[in-house]
Amino acid sequence: MTSLMNWLPIMLLGVPLAGAVALIVPSRPDGAAGGRSLRVHGLAVSGITFALSVVLAVAFDYGDAARVQFETDMAWIPGLDLRFHLGVDGISLPLVVLTALLTFLCFVYLSWGKADGPGQLLRPAPAGTRPRALVFTLLVLEVGMIGTFLALDLLLFFVFFEIVLIPMYFVIAIWGGRARRTAAIKFILYTLLGSVVLLLGLLLIWAQTGTLDVIALARAQGTGMSRSVQIIAFVAVGIGLAVKTPMWPLHTWLPDAHTEAPTVGSVLLAGVLLKMGTYGFARIAIPVLPDGAAAVAPWLGAFAVVGIIYGALACLAQRDLKRMIAYSSIGHMGFVLLGFATLTPVGVNAALFGNIAHGLITGLLFFVAGAVKERYGTADMPALGGGMLSRLPHLGSLLTFACIASLGLPGLAGFWGEMLALLGAFEPAPGLSRPLFLTFMAVGGIGAVLTAAYFLVMLSRVTHGRPVDTVHVPALAGSGPAEEAVAADYGTLPLTGTSGAGAGGSADEDDSGRRDGQPGPRAAGDAAGFRDVMRHELVAWTPLVGLILLFGLWPKALLLVTDPVVRTLVGAP
Amino acid sequence: MIQQIDYYAIAPPLILALTAGLVLLLDAFLPRRPYARPVLDAVTLAGVFGSLGFVVSQALRDGPPIQTFCVPEGLAGPARAGLGALTPAGGGIVAGRPLGAVAGPSCSFAVDGFTLIFAGLALVAGAVVVLLSMTELSSKDIPVGEWYFLLLCVLVGAVTLPAARDLIMLVVALELVSLPVFALTALRRYDGRGSEAAVKLFLVSVVSTAVMLFGVSLLYGMTGTVYLDRLAQALREAPRALDGPGMDPVSTDGGAMETIARIGDQWSSVPEYTSLQLVYDLPPVIPVAVVLVIAGFAFKVAAVPFHAWAADVYQGAPLPVAALLSVISKAAGFAGLILVLVAALHSQIATWAPIIAIVAALTMTAGNLLALRQRNAVRLLAWSSVAQSGYILAPLGVETPEAVGASITYLVFYAAMNLGAFTVVMLVSRRRERGELDDYRGLVFRNPAAGLALAFFLICLAGLPPGLAGLFAKIVVFREIVDGGGAWLAIVMAVNTVIGLYYYVAWAARIFTPVRAAADGTAAADGTAAREADPAAAGESGTGAVPGVGGARGGWLPVGAAIVLTGVVALAFSVAPQLVLDLVPAFFTASR
Repeated sequence: MTSLMNWLPIMLLGVPLAGAVALIVPSRPDGAAGGRSLRVHGLAVSGITFALSVVLAVAFDYGDAARVQFETDMAWIPGLDLRFHLGVDGISLPLVVLTALLTFLCFVYLSWGKADGPGQLLRPAPAGTRPRALVFTLLVLEVGMIGTFLALDLLLFFVFFEIVLIPMYFVIAIWGGRARRTAAIKFILYTLLGSVVLLLGLLLIWAQTGTLDVIALARAQGTGMSRSVQIIAFVAVGIGLAVKTPMWPLHTWLPDAHTEAPTVGSVLLAGVLLKMGTYGFARIAIPVLPDGAAAVAPWLGAFAVVGIIYGALACLAQRDLKRMIAYSSIGHMGFVLLGFATLTPVGVNAALFGNIAHGLITGLLFFVAGAVKERYGTADMPALGGGMLSRLPHLGSLLTFACIASLGLPGLAGFWGEMLALLGAFEPAPGLSRPLFLTFMAVGGIGAVLTAAYFLVMLSRVTHGRPVDTVHVPALAGSGPAEEAVAADYGTLPLTGTSGAGAGGSADEDDSGRRDGQPGPRAAGDAAGFRDVMRHELVAWTPLVGLILLFGLWPKALLLVTDPVVRTLVGAP
Repeated sequence: MIQQIDYYAIAPPLILALTAGLVLLLDAFLPRRPYARPVLDAVTLAGVFGSLGFVVSQALRDGPPIQTFCVPEGLAGPARAGLGALTPAGGGIVAGRPLGAVAGPSCSFAVDGFTLIFAGLALVAGAVVVLLSMTELSSKDIPVGEWYFLLLCVLVGAVTLPAARDLIMLVVALELVSLPVFALTALRRYDGRGSEAAVKLFLVSVVSTAVMLFGVSLLYGMTGTVYLDRLAQALREAPRALDGPGMDPVSTDGGAMETIARIGDQWSSVPEYTSLQLVYDLPPVIPVAVVLVIAGFAFKVAAVPFHAWAADVYQGAPLPVAALLSVISKAAGFAGLILVLVAALHSQIATWAPIIAIVAALTMTAGNLLALRQRNAVRLLAWSSVAQSGYILAPLGVETPEAVGASITYLVFYAAMNLGAFTVVMLVSRRRERGELDDYRGLVFRNPAAGLALAFFLICLAGLPPGLAGLFAKIVVFREIVDGGGAWLAIVMAVNTVIGLYYYVAWAARIFTPVRAAADGTAAADGTAAREADPAAAGESGTGAVPGVGGARGGWLPVGAAIVLTGVVALAFSVAPQLVLDLVPAFFTASR
């Protein structure tokens, strides 16, 4: 039984990988039957992976969460000391489940029902959507994401950390919005720059200690490395992870990538990829390099609170809904980093909690924002024009729910991460300057208020008020054809229209054509093309709503899992 | 004295040389029939594989390294010139034996791990180049016999060079690698670009040879020996001989300038030595010789500041020759460089390591920056291979001689990846002569296998998963640099990795971009574009429309085989990089 269970981590990687490889085998996919089998394939593979992660979570021994369980340790490349070393403990388990869940929900969103709704890129019709490639890419992405959270070898961690780059590049560059090429190249160059710096840091650790085993290194608590080496290594590793997280001022790739990525891309990017950066802090940077962490923590905290304030202020200035949510991620990740910077069990727990909560909430937010964008043909808030609650009551309510969760309303998941991070800053680890962290706490508190402010402003602009749309009809009507025209003008942007935004635009075209006939305020249901929340969306989003409520009302469910590990990692009793 | 020749040891180059002669004879006497060319193809390929078979058998055999062309201990080089003259009045006896001689015989030809990995690399790459040549020869106006003869001559040189353990043989082998390439480059008749490339290559190569020969002659003049091991010993013992036997040998490695200063002090303070003038003049010559030798090899591997020839020559030469230049010539250059630096000039590491480090940093930066702007596939590969040379050089720039292993490892990975990219470029160039990057737009839809393969090779070269081969190669290099304390070099290389990624990914993204929009644009302007796009639906594998002597029959088959071969190798390296790491030798025979 136990030996079978030890295969779980390998199967978590092997199932999506096999699913992806199976797609390489040539076949004739271009029929309705091919499309359906492709959707079933994607659903099945990600579903099995999710089921495996649930089995993992059920079989996990919660009494001993600090111990690494389901361990696999095989030599892969002896010449590099690289071992295929996987395992799960209390801080990686929630992230593994989250990853499998979000990927599965993305596939549900893409392929539930007849797959002809908005946002369903696997829809059978027009040439150029390339559903097969999308399924392949997402499955490879899943391998990289899960592998990052399972790896217990520095270089193996790095390899998985890198695996996600190319698939995510293609997700943005092929299925993205109008400026997708630039956004994709920006994404990959930035994150690769971070990665090589991370690699240098990892190799420095290795050169000094002679081992790549994360567990052994964490147990050693930095022995074998002088303080200066630890600081250099922490800075290198930290920069590498901070690009991914992203930490202000290394965040500039994120708004573009999020804005241009298709809905599923944004969800996975915000929901999982950002977590890989923060997870690296909890798994490698802080436990392996405690002296370095202690020295750099004030800086980390400072950048974190600057990020919180910066993210909030930038959000206030945004017009684009997806861009605003992207900037809000910078603020939330600021709270997570602030939690790490305190180096206390409370703070690190807060960070890990905030990680999961952000994954759930921002995943939901991007799902909803994507749905809005596909219905209206734009995510520009002035163009959306308000009144969503009366026109699309269910979608508007879900948007409101997600925003309120994100701004940290008590009782929802977003609250605990922020509150505990500020609490951690109130009493930082011994050795850190308390007045400094009190300042951080105060500034972070202001940031929390600002967060509430921009979300409420956004809600008042978009969901409330009257659905007046006479002003922006031209913009909407033009969105589909105009985009095609732009694509034709710029030879460098072929086939814009066949990707998600263009298809959404064509749906709007019918709709706005109808609208031209009867201008003025309308009731919600009078436009057939303007459908409220649809079944595939509901199926994909309900689990997220449920989990946000669950962790908001019962945070212990998560904290009990992470706390034992955090205590051993931070070295607290 | 009659030298014993171990024919088993020299079998690989011997077979290649015999095949070269056979090819020339067959070409002369076979009737001009359609079957003549395939016969020559087959004979050449058989020769390469036969030679490879011997290399494999030598690799599988146990026991000490094979050596041949040896001179016995007693026949030491003349101890009259150079450092030999520096020996104190005591009579040139240090530690009981004459300076310049070593225990045991010195050999010109050694077959050890180092030799075998380079010979194997050259032969496998050679097989791929022969496969590419079959396609090239099937459609172009190129004399077949001469082509294969010259190609085999290059391979003879490339196989001999890593086995060479004396300076003369090293230089001769290196020239054997270089000289036929000029002719190969210009073999396409009435091709202005090809001729220009050949002249450029010729001039650069000859100058580099001259520079290197000057350095080599200085080394010989100072030590009185051409054998690498004796050279190493002479250079190692010379300062000790001057400072007396009590001198700590480690401190003599402290840098040429220190040595010189120390020698100067010693001699000026010890009046009984008479030949003061010699002492003041000779030691500074050692760094000069080192620099000249490095400069000579820098030409061969296209390192900065001697890199400017790369793009024009690669573009002008026929594609198989460009592939050959980028892999076989380069590997030969690196083999020679490593032999000279590590086996012979090991004691001068403090002199050459910083030079190499700077050259490596400049090379990778210049190569990457120049590659950024290229619109032509072959030019891009040319500059990118310059950049890759920088990565290969980098481990030699830290002062740990073990780092050589990292260079060799990277070279092997690079060879597989770069050759792979060239094979696909060859396939595409059959239909689209211009070789612009935009011709690769939508390749994956026209020919999924080739498109995916090229994307894989490019991602490998960029060093990202799923191209794990490139990633691990970079990790090996980074590890040695970080381990050896070359922090600044590691950072330069890190930045360069990112720059490199830009153009590799931009190219790879083109492969996946649908062609429709672009084709519509060009079709209106140029009727040929539409004509090309149409049959392209059937894949690049259709019969070539280019008229040529041999016809286009089956021209795609060898390229397909080459793509499969390189693809499988690159994939194997990705999954199990240990294959390469196991092969890379830990030491040389000659450096004992």
